Amino acid sequence: MKHAQIAVIGGGPAGLMAALAAAEMGAGVTLIDRNSRLGGQLVKQTHKFFGSEKQYASVRGVDIAEILSEKIKENPKIEVMLNSTVVAYYPDDGVLGIEVEEKKWVKMKAERIVVATGASEKFLLFENNDLPGIYGAGAVQTLMNEHGVLPGKNVLMVGAGNIGLIVSYQLMQAGVNVKAIIDAAPTIGGYWVHASKVARLGVPILTSYTVKAAYPNKMTGALERAVIWKLDENWKPVPGTEKVFNVDVMCIAVGLSPLAEILWQAGCRMKYVPELGGHVPVRNENMETTVPGIYVAGDVAGVEEASSAMMEGRLAGLSAAQSLGYDDGSCEEKKAEVKRELENLRSGPVGEKIRKGLSKLAS
Amino acid sequence: MRIEEHPILTFKRGREVEFTFNGKKMKGFEGEPIAAALHANGVRVLSYSKKLKRPRGFYCAIGNCSSCLMTVNGEPNVRVCTEKLREGMVIETQEGRGELN
Repeated sequence: MKHAQIAVIGGGPAGLMAALAAAEMGAGVTLIDRNSRLGGQLVKQTHKFFGSEKQYASVRGVDIAEILSEKIKENPKIEVMLNSTVVAYYPDDGVLGIEVEEKKWVKMKAERIVVATGASEKFLLFENNDLPGIYGAGAVQTLMNEHGVLPGKNVLMVGAGNIGLIVSYQLMQAGVNVKAIIDAAPTIGGYWVHASKVARLGVPILTSYTVKAAYPNKMTGALERAVIWKLDENWKPVPGTEKVFNVDVMCIAVGLSPLAEILWQAGCRMKYVPELGGHVPVRNENMETTVPGIYVAGDVAGVEEASSAMMEGRLAGLSAAQSLGYDDGSCEEKKAEVKRELENLRSGPVGEKIRKGLSKLAS
Repeated sequence: MRIEEHPILTFKRGREVEFTFNGKKMKGFEGEPIAAALHANGVRVLSYSKKLKRPRGFYCAIGNCSSCLMTVNGEPNVRVCTEKLREGMVIETQEGRGELN
């Protein structure tokens, strides 16, 4: 049985910051990630981040991953377990079950756990939605930005939130034709700065449209054609408004839902909050769930974006370390600073949805 | 189709290796996900569904959704979106849930 003071599950923006913050206070940390490199989904983010210098604003996500991973490697308080997937939590004795390198089974008892497992892409219901060629937008980003392989020639992007807009722009940077971006909502959900970038390149953004059906190439069995149709003010499709696109790729960018399996296993109280992506853990202002000693941070705590994930990670890491007695007197001040940063990130009209979700969660 | 030039990124690729897909020889780069190597070779159908035998490709590309299960070196249900390509791998389309030997 392995022992850890603080186990951080997930080495994305939230987990990396949680590990660094806990180690900064003097706690020993074991950071566990299923991939062969740290960074989570930061590694495919080629755009520059917003926020303040605390969240590495105007640095590209892929570079932030590099900066944080280096800091982790240099820190003697942090042990990193790569290629390691936490697949179980035994609530009776609080033991984690970890599959290492797909063959080895490791059990670990940790005094505190920070769950920063992120989120997975949602799906959309329409005829033939399982055809090869219909990919999550994040999947296309991984294929293209991490592995340098193009997803196809012509793309229909479904979803005009930030992911849909950013991935559309990145597809064009890589030389792929984006035929249109559609969204079921009557307005564009993403930031205007991202929307205007793709609009300037001549990509039509069709709001109040959804996918009616997809059709395969008879020879290959993969996507060849997509049909969309308009939605009325009651979100009902309007027959006769169909448009056809000859595309070999359709990207689904209709949001993410928290990867919260471990939290369910642990018996954390969960609440359904659509604004936060689905079922999210109830927690206090220190990011501690209803199961004492289990903290959460990042998308698993409510789908948001990487900058706030980093700040939540820092808050969870500081809190977990403090609860073990690691506090040189600076912890409260540091936590207050992080909370101010989070408030700033969530201020204004862009943070409205998150603020609403968080207030629902707290009620 | 591989990206050769990119305005922001440079790709650090492993050495070129050979593998087979349903008996056909193909080339890819060591250490990249099997699904990426297949995609670069024009292969998008990775398996057939259990009941209706519908073609399946990957969906999430990061090991979450299990849409990309294939038989690799005789072992079924390998998530090829995260499994790394190695020299001489024998990769096969999976029909249904696969059989354990």
